[in-house]
Amino acid sequence: MNAAPAISPFVIFLASIFTSNMILSNFLGTCSFIAVSSEFKTASGLGKSVTMIMVLTNMINWLVYKFLILPLHLENLALIIFIIVIAALVQIVEMAMDRFLPDLYIKLGIFLPLITVNCAILGATLFMVIRNYDFWQSTLFGLGSGLGWWLAISALAAIREKMARTKLPKGLEGPAITFVITGLMALAFIGFSGIFTIQ
Amino acid sequence: MWTSVLLTTLSMSGISVALAVVILVAERFLNDYGTVKVDINGGAKTLEAQGGASLLSTLASHQVFLPSACGGKATCGLCKVKVLEGGGTLLPTEEPYLTPAERAAGMRLACQLKVKRDLKIEVPEALFSIQEFKTRIERIDDLTYDIKGYRFALLDPPAISFKAGQYVQLYSEPYGQVKECVFRAYSMAQPPSDEKAVELYLRLVPDGVVTTWAHTRLKVGDPVRLSGPYGEFYLRGNCKDLVLIAGGSGLAPIRSLVYDIVEKGLPYTMTFFFGAVSKRDLYALDEFHGIAAKHPNFRFVPALSKPAPDDGWTGEVGLITEVVDRHVPDAVDREAYLCGSPGMLNACINVLTKKGFGNDRIFFDKFA
Repeated sequence: MNAAPAISPFVIFLASIFTSNMILSNFLGTCSFIAVSSEFKTASGLGKSVTMIMVLTNMINWLVYKFLILPLHLENLALIIFIIVIAALVQIVEMAMDRFLPDLYIKLGIFLPLITVNCAILGATLFMVIRNYDFWQSTLFGLGSGLGWWLAISALAAIREKMARTKLPKGLEGPAITFVITGLMALAFIGFSGIFTIQ
Repeated sequence: MWTSVLLTTLSMSGISVALAVVILVAERFLNDYGTVKVDINGGAKTLEAQGGASLLSTLASHQVFLPSACGGKATCGLCKVKVLEGGGTLLPTEEPYLTPAERAAGMRLACQLKVKRDLKIEVPEALFSIQEFKTRIERIDDLTYDIKGYRFALLDPPAISFKAGQYVQLYSEPYGQVKECVFRAYSMAQPPSDEKAVELYLRLVPDGVVTTWAHTRLKVGDPVRLSGPYGEFYLRGNCKDLVLIAGGSGLAPIRSLVYDIVEKGLPYTMTFFFGAVSKRDLYALDEFHGIAAKHPNFRFVPALSKPAPDDGWTGEVGLITEVVDRHVPDAVDREAYLCGSPGMLNACINVLTKKGFGNDRIFFDKFA
């Protein structure tokens, strides 16, 4: 493993929220972003669980990469190992949520297990590997990316809730207008660029 | 080369095993809802089960079988139960199967409802006590030229609890051209006090799969499968005077009903109309005349629609509807219980309706 880049974990944290937002600049995790953004409460709930899972997977996958994959020279299997770690973690989080947050568990329904295949989660892990982050950089990168995703989906859901009673041309209803809004939000987020650079 | 194959396989398996262990341990602690009490039908049955599984499988592991065609995947919607307490909120997977009225009544899909805390539920009484029985044939009687009486001794479970008038399903085994197990419903002829056996009267139906099998293949000592009890045909007891009408093998549930009332000494007066074409279709005459002689509240009226010249018949003559019409003056404080062929049933229901019997006073078994 090469030396970690000399960036403060805190800068990575802020950058991953604003300048390198998972959705609005990397366009990762768009499937659930589009599908679960019609209601603010649910979207916010999903954002929270994605954030939690992103932090946990980044921490665990960093340990797995450092202490298992590198010493055993399993780099060619890294992708599959990351995915099963994420799957197992989501499974456990699902059980914990069913136990302690049953209302949110019911609200999220099928989207909770679908976090397993949320590309933003795997994306965060792969970015952390490519960029040679150390443990705390990875953890805060996961937290920042998660919060950024949460911010984006909450903002989109809030906009969509406001728009719910707006009359739209037939062809623009549903996902179509959502993509347009996402694009505009991404444009707005360009305003942050230049403040931090991490990629 | 081989070492790397081996190493890769081993490390992948190792990681999978480790994660599986972690999940199992987590499940052990997170999915542990302790012992949960399920109260069925207001205390009729309570069971203590380990929480965490679906209600459907929890009930099944305690011998309460709800119908389910999909096996718990929320695609058939058959496993509906009424949950009075402890069910939590309706899940999105259940929504397509429940009407607004059902939701208001607290209906849920048992396969989706996870048992997490004490539950109070209601299941239809009939489902609640259905069991499958292994039996052996104890006796076969020729009742008429086409009706045989069978007595099945119950082996496992050894006893059946039912209401007089209910039916069981009889499962046939493959025979001749018939390659599969087929089941048909038959009413029980024995009173509920006779709980160690099931008695059925089977009329040989031309080309009937199960009756042909029973009439031609079954011998005393053969093993037979039954399930039950089912059915909503049983004594309601809202009126003092009971009009009982049966034709052919429809005598079975009426016999159960009569014995049950007589044995318990219930304060009903009964008139039993037993209809047949000619004397060769009649059976159990001595038995019912005997009951009538001993119990003044029971009157037995066998009737023949077309007695043969050599029958020497001195009893009632005419279609059963005409006989009923002659003997039943009105519907005041009377309930009617009918069992027989669909044609006879419909004709009798017409006559009774004209006499003022409402739908809530006429009970019949549509399987007969």
